[in-house]
Amino acid sequence: MLTTFLLIPLAGALMAAFLPAERERDAKWVALFFTSVAFAISVVVFVLFDTTAEGYQFVESFEWIKAGDAGFSIQYIVGVDGLSAPMVLLLGLLSVIAVLVSWNIDVKPKQYFAWLLFLETAVAGVFLSLDLVQFFLFWELELLPMFLLISQWGSGRKVYSATKFLIYTLAGSAFMLLGFLVLGFTAGTFNMAELAANPVADAFIPMGIVFWAITLAFLVKLPVVPFHTWLPDAHTDAPTAVSVMLAGVLLKMGGYGLLRISLSLMPEQAQEFKVILAAIAGFSVVWGAVITLRQTDLKRLVAYSSVSHMGYVLLGAAAMTDVGLSGAALQMFTHGTITGLLFVMVGAIYERTHTREIAKMSGLMHRIPLIGVVFVIAGLASLGLPSMSGFVAELTTFLGSLQAHPAATIAAIFGVVLSAGYILWTVQRIFHGPAAEEWAHLEDARAWPELVAMGALVVAIMAVGIYPPILTNAVESGIAPIAAIVGAVS
Amino acid sequence: MSLAEELHYIGPALVLYVGAGIVLVADLASERRAPRWGLTLAVLVVALGWTFALAMDGDARGEALSGAVRVDQFSIFFAFLLVGATLAVALSARAWADSIEQGAEFYALMLTSVASMVLLAQANDLVAIFVALETTSISQFIMAGLARTDRSAEAGLKYLLTGAIAAAVLLYGFAFLFGLAGTTSLPGIAEYLATAPESARLPLLLAFVFIIGGFGYKMALAPFHAWVPDVYQGSPTVVASFLSVASKAAGFAVALRLFYTGLGGGDTFVAEDWAMFVAVLAGLSMVFGNTGAILQTNAKRLLGYSSIAQAGNVAVGFAAVAVGSTIGPSGVMFFLGTYAATNLGAFIAVHAVSERLGTEEIADYAGMVKRSPLLAGVLSLCLLSLTGIPPTAGFIAKVYVFNSAIQTGHDWLVILVAVAVANTAISAFYYLRWVRTIWLDEPADATRFAPSGAVQGVLFASAAGVLFLGFWPSPLINAARTAAETLSIL
Repeated sequence: MLTTFLLIPLAGALMAAFLPAERERDAKWVALFFTSVAFAISVVVFVLFDTTAEGYQFVESFEWIKAGDAGFSIQYIVGVDGLSAPMVLLLGLLSVIAVLVSWNIDVKPKQYFAWLLFLETAVAGVFLSLDLVQFFLFWELELLPMFLLISQWGSGRKVYSATKFLIYTLAGSAFMLLGFLVLGFTAGTFNMAELAANPVADAFIPMGIVFWAITLAFLVKLPVVPFHTWLPDAHTDAPTAVSVMLAGVLLKMGGYGLLRISLSLMPEQAQEFKVILAAIAGFSVVWGAVITLRQTDLKRLVAYSSVSHMGYVLLGAAAMTDVGLSGAALQMFTHGTITGLLFVMVGAIYERTHTREIAKMSGLMHRIPLIGVVFVIAGLASLGLPSMSGFVAELTTFLGSLQAHPAATIAAIFGVVLSAGYILWTVQRIFHGPAAEEWAHLEDARAWPELVAMGALVVAIMAVGIYPPILTNAVESGIAPIAAIVGAVS
Repeated sequence: MSLAEELHYIGPALVLYVGAGIVLVADLASERRAPRWGLTLAVLVVALGWTFALAMDGDARGEALSGAVRVDQFSIFFAFLLVGATLAVALSARAWADSIEQGAEFYALMLTSVASMVLLAQANDLVAIFVALETTSISQFIMAGLARTDRSAEAGLKYLLTGAIAAAVLLYGFAFLFGLAGTTSLPGIAEYLATAPESARLPLLLAFVFIIGGFGYKMALAPFHAWVPDVYQGSPTVVASFLSVASKAAGFAVALRLFYTGLGGGDTFVAEDWAMFVAVLAGLSMVFGNTGAILQTNAKRLLGYSSIAQAGNVAVGFAAVAVGSTIGPSGVMFFLGTYAATNLGAFIAVHAVSERLGTEEIADYAGMVKRSPLLAGVLSLCLLSLTGIPPTAGFIAKVYVFNSAIQTGHDWLVILVAVAVANTAISAFYYLRWVRTIWLDEPADATRFAPSGAVQGVLFASAAGVLFLGFWPSPLINAARTAAETLSIL
């Protein structure tokens, strides 16, 4: 089933790419169909997922490269646990949303949707892979569609931003491969489950170096200050759908890798360096929030807020307790839906006003009330209002990390205050105030793709906020073994 | 051993030598132009067929010419690689060879050169190695100067002068080895080394330094690389593609053979010294090659620098071989196999562009995707493979070679791999910049063009190879492993 999930978008990509030229307008329908099927599969996986069972579920595997005795065997092996199942669900959902918000793309639509679908396959591979080399393969595979999507369908300095994204990620991941190879060779296997069962204690180079070689790639992807500068550029210049995917699932690859690999496979080193991780996290949250306050471009503002919010993920991870790790995993999911929605709204506003300058907009609530309301919902969720999913995640994170890292946690809580500041201030500047004559012609959201995209995400945010167990049960079952591994060495 | 058997063993090389003569004589004898292109292809196909027959002949392992050459799975692997690569070059060379006065000489020289390379991969004796190496080099000196332009003449002369010095240095090294061991046969030298006294260390190291200097020139390893960019840029493109693939592969083949059979592989008391020496050269090559390539604007010159850097990658595997990595030899061979497919694709694409558009400037590749989608697609794919991005063959090759270095468990090899992965990130910059030019820049002149049928075939085959080996590398890995095993059996 998981292999099907992996291949469905790829099949869609091929079909979209080879549509006859006169039917290129139908590429979006192809994309919608295939992403919907993939989403349906992800829902089925999530529903059938047994939160009381141990280990990975829905595992499928075969030997991909066999050079047996010499130690160069790579397995194809996919499976989900309570950590990856929500990520897969998130990916399935956001991919459909990404297609919906791309409904009006008319520049080379065949290629656009083909790459978008290809991106889904690549990211799915990262969340599903249970072999380090396979994980790395998909990690790199995701670069290509992202680069092309930003550089071809973006705006502004799109080529510069796409290249920056590429170089940052590549530079980070190059050393990740080195770390993987050392781990794999010392243990004699690249299988993550086996590596987690018997963490490598001592390699022929200091394990501290291995830990940082691998973790750095995740920190760049997350991203944390000071490796975050690629993110605002990439977001600002990317088309809306790509921003949704980038904030929604691509950043989660960093958090996911942190939990799945850095913590689970190298618990001793993770414990050793947790104070550094927590310090980076606290700094990221506050610095990201302060920079966000200073933004004048709406999309850049949301992008910087991501830097701040992804800091919570690292903070929760650095706590290395059951509760903290659960918070981190929850934050990944909720940030995906909330920031995804924020980017959808920013795209919707930009499509109408053709500007992202906050200073130029005012009183939009009178003209486009529906968009305004949904934006406010997303904003409130983002600042962690109770009854929405952001609150659940942040509260859990802070509860988990307060004891382990009081200073960093207090700094991060201060970040929440700042985030309330920039969200409310932005809402006030854009939607309230005098209704400028300039915007009198704006039309509210009417088209069904837009409405469905907005509606689906609002439902997801509220559902988790009001009844967290739909998500937390799965997450906790996935976190428990990781917490046990890192807890065992402290 | 009967004469018939000996002839059977050296058949492929013999066919190529005789074929070179036939091409020349046919050209002289016929009034109108002889079908020399067809003849050359026929000779290459016959040689390939003979090699295939040898490969099928289960225990085709034996010596010929009084033990000077040795036919085993290793030499057969390289015979396939070398003759196959030459076939691809010959297929694409037709139009160019018809445009110069010495077309027949070009084909004859290429056949002589590849025949000597095949022999080089079989050579089991220092004298045979030297003679084969010189025969292949002298043919190449002339080929480099064939275009009769200033640049081409300069390339030919430069190649000749550096080649002459390299030959002298190599011979000096051989003389040391002969002086110590008292024999020129590789098995004989191995016997001597197994019991050599510690006092022989210094002269042995001297011998090795000279020998690796001589081979390093063929393999385009820094610091013996200075000729590469000039010669690649100045030579006719088909010749440059021949040099970059076949010549380099032959250099590594003979180095592997000499090291494994002659110098006892990783078991001797000087093995680690050699390994470190090769490791330094590998690091230098990657750094010089990649930093040099960043500044280039000429496609061939850039590929020249890239070929130095790639030689460094292969040398990482070679260094691992020297300290006893079991997957090192097959890693080097697998890398060379994928590199042949990849680099041929890139070079032949550059050749097609310079033939059709008369330019080698990378800036003129702007918007190539609109002008010749097949060429642009294949070239981009090859550049991605050179970078090492999945799902291309280059990714697996790099992982495999780095793997072999890590496998040995020496920390200085881990440092070398760290240098290598950092260089991968640097190389992404200039490879992908080129890809970006091809896809994203606007062409100054958007007229479409198509390469000739044969060139299209070669491009298609190379793309197929790059993808096939990326998705399903097992067949080539297994072939390389079988071949490598015969190396260590005396």
